[in-house]
Amino acid sequence: MKVSLNWLKDYIDIRMDLKELVNLLTMGGLEVEAATPMGQGFEKIVVAEIQSIRRHPNADRLSLVEARTPDEKFSVVCGATNIREGQRVPLAVVGAKLPNGVEIKKSKIRGEVSEGMLCSEIELGLGKDASGIMILDSDASLGVNLGEALDLADTILDISVTPNRPDCLCVIGVAREIAALTDQRLKYPSLSLSDASSEIHQRTSVTLQDPDLCPRYVARMIEGVTIGPSPHWMRNRLEKVGIRSINNVVDVTNYVMMEYGQPLHAFDFELLEEGRIVVRRAHTSEEFVTLDGVKRTLDEEMLMICDGVKPVAIAGVMGGLNSEIRAQTQTVLLESAYFHPMNNRRTSKKLGFETEASYRFGRGIDYGGCLNAANRAASMIQKLSGGRVMEGAVDAYPKPIRPNPIRLSVSGVNRILGTEISTKQIKTYLTNLELDVRQEDEEKLIVTPPSFRGDLEREIDLIEEVVRMDGYEKIPLTLPQGPPSSEEMSRELIFEQKAKDLLIRHGFFEVVTYSFTAPMSLNGLCLSPDDPRRQCLPILNPLTADSSVMRTSLIPGLMETAHYNLSHKNVNLRIFELKKTYLPAQGERLPKEVKYLSGLAMGMDGEIHWASSVRGIDFYDVKGCIEDLFEFLQVKGALFDKAGDIPYLHPGKSSKILLGGEVLGVLGEVHPETLSHYEIPGKAYLFEIDFDRMVKNGVGEKKFRPLPKFPAVHRDLSLVVEDHLEAEKVEEAIRLFDQPFIDEIKLFDVYRGAPVPHGKKSISYRIRYQAGDRTLTDDEVNQYHEKVISRLRGVFKAELRG
Amino acid sequence: MKEELEKIREECQASLGLARTEPEISDIRVNVLGRKGSLTQLLKRLGTLPEDERREIGRRANEIKEDLEARVEECLRCIQEQERTEALEREKIDVTLPGRRMILGRKHPLTQTLDEIIHIFSRLGFEVVEGPEVELDYYNFEALNIPKGHPAREMQATFFISDDVVLRTHTSPVQVRTMEKKRPPVRVICPGAVYRCDSDPTHSPMFHQVEGLLVDRGITFSDLKGILTVFVHQMFGKETKLRFRPSFFPFTEPSAEIDIECFICGGKGCGVCSGTGWLEILGSGMVDPAVYRFVDYDPEEVTGFAFGMGIERIAMLKYGINDIRLFFTNDLRFLKQF
Repeated sequence: MKVSLNWLKDYIDIRMDLKELVNLLTMGGLEVEAATPMGQGFEKIVVAEIQSIRRHPNADRLSLVEARTPDEKFSVVCGATNIREGQRVPLAVVGAKLPNGVEIKKSKIRGEVSEGMLCSEIELGLGKDASGIMILDSDASLGVNLGEALDLADTILDISVTPNRPDCLCVIGVAREIAALTDQRLKYPSLSLSDASSEIHQRTSVTLQDPDLCPRYVARMIEGVTIGPSPHWMRNRLEKVGIRSINNVVDVTNYVMMEYGQPLHAFDFELLEEGRIVVRRAHTSEEFVTLDGVKRTLDEEMLMICDGVKPVAIAGVMGGLNSEIRAQTQTVLLESAYFHPMNNRRTSKKLGFETEASYRFGRGIDYGGCLNAANRAASMIQKLSGGRVMEGAVDAYPKPIRPNPIRLSVSGVNRILGTEISTKQIKTYLTNLELDVRQEDEEKLIVTPPSFRGDLEREIDLIEEVVRMDGYEKIPLTLPQGPPSSEEMSRELIFEQKAKDLLIRHGFFEVVTYSFTAPMSLNGLCLSPDDPRRQCLPILNPLTADSSVMRTSLIPGLMETAHYNLSHKNVNLRIFELKKTYLPAQGERLPKEVKYLSGLAMGMDGEIHWASSVRGIDFYDVKGCIEDLFEFLQVKGALFDKAGDIPYLHPGKSSKILLGGEVLGVLGEVHPETLSHYEIPGKAYLFEIDFDRMVKNGVGEKKFRPLPKFPAVHRDLSLVVEDHLEAEKVEEAIRLFDQPFIDEIKLFDVYRGAPVPHGKKSISYRIRYQAGDRTLTDDEVNQYHEKVISRLRGVFKAELRG
Repeated sequence: MKEELEKIREECQASLGLARTEPEISDIRVNVLGRKGSLTQLLKRLGTLPEDERREIGRRANEIKEDLEARVEECLRCIQEQERTEALEREKIDVTLPGRRMILGRKHPLTQTLDEIIHIFSRLGFEVVEGPEVELDYYNFEALNIPKGHPAREMQATFFISDDVVLRTHTSPVQVRTMEKKRPPVRVICPGAVYRCDSDPTHSPMFHQVEGLLVDRGITFSDLKGILTVFVHQMFGKETKLRFRPSFFPFTEPSAEIDIECFICGGKGCGVCSGTGWLEILGSGMVDPAVYRFVDYDPEEVTGFAFGMGIERIAMLKYGINDIRLFFTNDLRFLKQF
């Protein structure tokens, strides 16, 4: 909310500089987001009085003006015709620089000296009026800088008011806080109107059909008004805080709203049929045209202000076109009401717009202040538009609201705050905030908040007031005494960190992509129609169609990230993401959130370098990475099985990762169809692992194995086998051989070509033999090795290669 | 024989002086001191000399032998050293050529920031827990004292999945879920993704938060200040000035916003801190008694505090990143910088 510093000073002395004030408010809970000086740039533009006007001897359209300030006289050549002797006007003296860039110099105009310039509104940047010189109020102080004289020089505080403090959505509210924080009394505006007389009751009445939604409705009337523009000071004050000036009646309602926080509405009384007010719920689908000319459709939970026949305003939101103040309005009915906050918010939300009024009603206004605000506004309207306030006020308030007293225990305050604030101090703080405090005993206070502090309902609310007044900075720093959490760090988190560590060692960069995506983004995966990943959870109110469903796979995000990077010339890519996917669960309100670990690699396996060569990343780079990951995380027993049926992977270069017979994930070369969908040239390789399942089922504990005491012996063997034979099968056969001394089998060469016959390949293994209790002799090893060879020959019809 | 002896010595010394290589010296050693060397032969002949002459020449011959042996050793050492020096000189490389680098990946800057936060709070005895991102209205709002129609709901522009299911707007629902499952004492932090319908250079529709909760007997507002001061000092350096100022959250009371002094301008006011000299980094407060009602804790028995912070915001401040969207476009040139 914007608050003018000059306006604040009407109610409170501010005996500190701006920086201190900003700090005081911010540390008191009213965060000042900006303090903007305005009305600067009027140096050397002063208020001057016109003493004489003579015709310019050499120019018919110009006159020679003598103007004075208390200290000086000026001769000025002027072309305007609206000036008269005795008027006070803005005078730009030599050296002044106008907002439009014009610099004032001493000059001769058609032979006559001009020592300055009388200015129009447009020249001063203060309005659109270019027709003549701006005429100032006759009591404007002579010689004073125009910015000051017009109350233009000011500082606007932009205060962020939290939702619990609607009482601070007005100048008096903010002033009240300053008063409490600086131990001062607030100077409330004096209100002189009497509301005892019954004159108004002969002219109008207020009927509350739904007092639950409108507990209080005050009406006052002003007759004989002349509608016209507001004086400069009024327009200026409103404009400074961002409110457009309308006329001298509507402006008053806005002024008092900004002053007291009470939104007011002014009706043209002649337009109220039967001359009375009825407050009722709207009818279903009732239609109504608001002030802004928009036709609104209402429902039966919305509260309407009506005359004897028809609705004239949506209560607390906006008035109607049918009853607004017109140029010819003579009699005004002023509404100052209290509407049910929750219902008001619902209405404005449902209608999809918020006004200054509904913003305040929706947060809760001061129900005790309706009459004061009406009186303040009525007397101001009388002053500004020349009418007469009709005696008396209608105050429909069938069940006056009384704030509940709250018990506050001093030890309770200190128990929460960790302080030793005294009873006396607490009483002072609360009294300064205009709370009524009764002391029950040394330890207990009974506190009744004023009607403008609807946020104070419980003891804890009062404790907050105490600490706010005491100052947060005064609270000591301590550390909690209790024990640390004894839970061990979750396995999931530990393995998440380890998995990420391993992947970055493999050159992978972690990415974070949005959890929501375009419904189309999955299309590139070419999933079958019944694939559960096609059932994305839709967002009812997405920002864009491209982010309208929750993802069921991390792959599209990786593909899109790859596409982005490739188009920015980052061509060697290794990226991964470890995040959630969201799979709708049948019969559950919440989806299943499953963490996946997915990655994508493409380009070369390193940077170009003067001493090493690079090659393209391939399937086995990615597979090796996953093998390392499993070893690092102690995932035991994972198998890589060929997979021809993963729609987004190359049928001949893809593998399923199996763990305990279940599919843990997949890896392989990305299918060309998928690549082209995401506009990725070249080849790419990806992996995808159900991380939650891996943590749950696959992760083993680390266990120390004693180091062998005796040396190991190596034997190599090369076999020529059918080209289509899978390497895994050979290794499996060696293992199944159940040779107790085989410690490790390493495949170190695969060769096709002469002299190996066509259709065959040679594969070479290095087998490590090791016994736990002795050194194996050469003869022994040879014997075992021979057995392995003959078995492999038998099983695979393999030839031994020399 | 005496002359012969001196001659051997002179010749040997002369040839050692000329020798340039190890084999040359070895030859000299063999020729003079070897089994068939001239000096050895001469010594063998000592027996043929008369007693007194033999003693004198014998002593001299042994002197010369020791001297020559030492000289040979010395020459050998010199030449070896010289050869090694030359070899080292020959093997010289251009050390300014670039080294062979591994390609090392990086954790995402958000993960790095989060790891740091987790690390600090782990040492303060907090445990890490997680909760669902697609969340019931009940946990995201109701049980946090934000009933339907509460103006605080409008502070958090919410994505809806259905009437009563939302994308969580903060990590605070994990507080409630944790307290439902566990009796006090509770000391947890809850990191994770959160969502709000907002998108501009400082707001992302998805971002990350860390929530913290400590509930126990006798926890006070001064404990909140203590813990969070420790955190700020460990995260941003112990010289960092901070302030606690009143704020409002429906699920804490009293509530406090924590600002640190703007390290760009040193508190003078600049574009980064919107001229205030302070940067907002944490929201916090004493858990509102209303929240305890939902989880069946007795506010007369236990008290506690909660806090929350945006990981992107902390990372942006720490690294000087000016556009939140950079975190999610994952440009390698960006990721490589952390």
